[in-house]
Amino acid sequence: MEQRRIRVLIAKAGLDGHDRGAKIVARILRDSGMEVIYTGIRQSADQVVNAVVEEDVDVLGLSFLSGDHMVLVPKVIKGLKEMRIENVLTLVGGIILKRQIPELLKLGVHKVFLPGTDSQEIVQYIRENVNRTR
Amino acid sequence: MDKITKRKNQWEEETLGPVLKKTPERKKVFTTESGIPVQRLYTPSDLKNSEYCRDLSFPGEYPYTRGVYPTMYRGRHWTMRNYAGFGTAEDTNQRYRYLLEQGMKGLSMAFDLPTQLGYDSDNPVSEGAVGRVGVAVDSLEDMETVFDGIPLDKVSTSMTINATAPILLALYIAVAEKQGVSQDKLMGTTQNDILKEFIARGTYIYPPEPSLKLVLDIVEYCMKNVPRWNTLNITGYHFREAGATAIQELAFTLGDAITYIEKAQERGLHVDEFAPRLSYSLGCYMDLFEEIAKYRAARRLFAKIMKERFNAQNPKSYLFRIFSGSCGSTLVKQQPINNIVRVTMHALMGILGGHQAIHTACWDEGFAIPSQDSARIALRTQQILAHECGLCDTIDPLAGSYYVESLTNEIEDRTRCYLEKLDEMGGMLGAIDSGFACREIQESSVAFQKKVDAGERIIVGLNRFVMPEEEALDDEDIFEVDPEVEEIQKSKLAALKQRRDNPKVQHALEKLSGAIDRNENLMPSIIESVKSYATLGEISGVMRDKWGEFKASTHI
Repeated sequence: MEQRRIRVLIAKAGLDGHDRGAKIVARILRDSGMEVIYTGIRQSADQVVNAVVEEDVDVLGLSFLSGDHMVLVPKVIKGLKEMRIENVLTLVGGIILKRQIPELLKLGVHKVFLPGTDSQEIVQYIRENVNRTR
Repeated sequence: MDKITKRKNQWEEETLGPVLKKTPERKKVFTTESGIPVQRLYTPSDLKNSEYCRDLSFPGEYPYTRGVYPTMYRGRHWTMRNYAGFGTAEDTNQRYRYLLEQGMKGLSMAFDLPTQLGYDSDNPVSEGAVGRVGVAVDSLEDMETVFDGIPLDKVSTSMTINATAPILLALYIAVAEKQGVSQDKLMGTTQNDILKEFIARGTYIYPPEPSLKLVLDIVEYCMKNVPRWNTLNITGYHFREAGATAIQELAFTLGDAITYIEKAQERGLHVDEFAPRLSYSLGCYMDLFEEIAKYRAARRLFAKIMKERFNAQNPKSYLFRIFSGSCGSTLVKQQPINNIVRVTMHALMGILGGHQAIHTACWDEGFAIPSQDSARIALRTQQILAHECGLCDTIDPLAGSYYVESLTNEIEDRTRCYLEKLDEMGGMLGAIDSGFACREIQESSVAFQKKVDAGERIIVGLNRFVMPEEEALDDEDIFEVDPEVEEIQKSKLAALKQRRDNPKVQHALEKLSGAIDRNENLMPSIIESVKSYATLGEISGVMRDKWGEFKASTHI
């Protein structure tokens, strides 16, 4: 059976409108052969969760630049659990303090990418870790 | 063939050729950051179509290539105006007083996202964002605290505020009145540039049409009542930050300016009455000569547009007055103290580019709210360049450089072509509506990222001269906003709503609602509302109900 293409949702949760990074990642994942959907800016946690369900994605990438991630990531993760969404590879990228990373991982985030990450590193991480057998 | 060209050919053959054969150059093709080809050597032959009096002229004279004022920095330095604001009004007041004591000449206010988007701190959507990227302002009470002990007839204030600009300007006017300063004495700037928010940065609220109405309400109100206020700061900075090239940055900025001027004329305002109070903002990226040429080309091209397209008569309408800022996206988290050097280059570009106000970023600004120490270093950077380096004693010192003049011409030509393309698609409103502007910027940003990933565009500390992770900055050194801010703001709001004259607030908001229905200039009723201590969220709420919200495309 042919494997389906990896489906990715890139999301900007919260009020911040700086989406250069989110869009670059979206484009680079698409150029590497994945199907990518971008939510646009200013999404609530619930809107992100609904988009994960509706778009039936394998990967969720959340971008944060304005320091509200420790409030919004827990809300998204809780929402995913409530919808019984499992096996979605959940990634966070942006301006995150190093000491916050263990906390995000404990919540259920699979990987945090910091500023300056080579975009191919993200492509490779997704390919190696995505669960396509759900 | 002229003598210089002949000699150059001879030089290439006899002197250069043998050396190139032995030791080739570092690269096959050299380009500026924005992809303009850079020749090995520039000579007077590259400027043979230039005419000094027509193209460069004199400072303070058309076409203003050499500067907007006759004395430039020999008269006085630019305004040192560093962007600041965080946490509560008290935190920000303290930081402003510190920066002014340290010799800063003007304030530049950063607001948190709820304030920029018309939400109060107690709105559920504000959770996690209160006081984060700027100061939280919910009501006149907060604004009074921000400017406590800061005399508004002496200090000028620039506010990076767009969708809610009329409310923040109203608050500023109201605080000044309480200090006994009448509005005709106020000096400062509201960014008030909503068009670029639809393309980059994203702090729009309402659809384009009512958004433009608000922009012009400020322009018109200040023309009559706040004559020294810079009503609209048309900003290219954020295009550049979103990934635009220098050409795209300049073309979209001028495209926006053209749209605003046309819309103001449609309202019946005369160009020579409002254009002198428009100002401009461009970014400082990393290519020194390209940026300086960009600022010089911007002044010349804008003056021509004002003369040829708008038939402006008032010489002040021709002035492209520039407030520049270090582009935050040039700052690097790895080995972050190096950013002081990058920011020094930004300030140097601004000075050699003849800017009227300069913001220098703090070295930690790429990943945190700057600490007091880093904010002081950013200010000292400007002071050192102003006083120690001989940069300010002659006007436009790079004029006549074969390279800088060639690049100035090249950028002007390329920008003009790009503007023609924009005109064909219905100006900036067309370029926004069709998604053209967003797509163009995105293509440039992806191309830049690919160059960085490939190591073709070197960034020291990131893809070259990298150090082990342990030696990078520790989180302990990073300044953080007090997480209590949100609760403090919420309880201040609750107390205010108990204390204020609520029927008076209701009455003011109803008047605002009526003014919207009658399509009047909303500034007077917004000023009345803020004076009644109506909150920013309540005032924005009235407009949201009338106009709805804009939803952007999610194209990638």
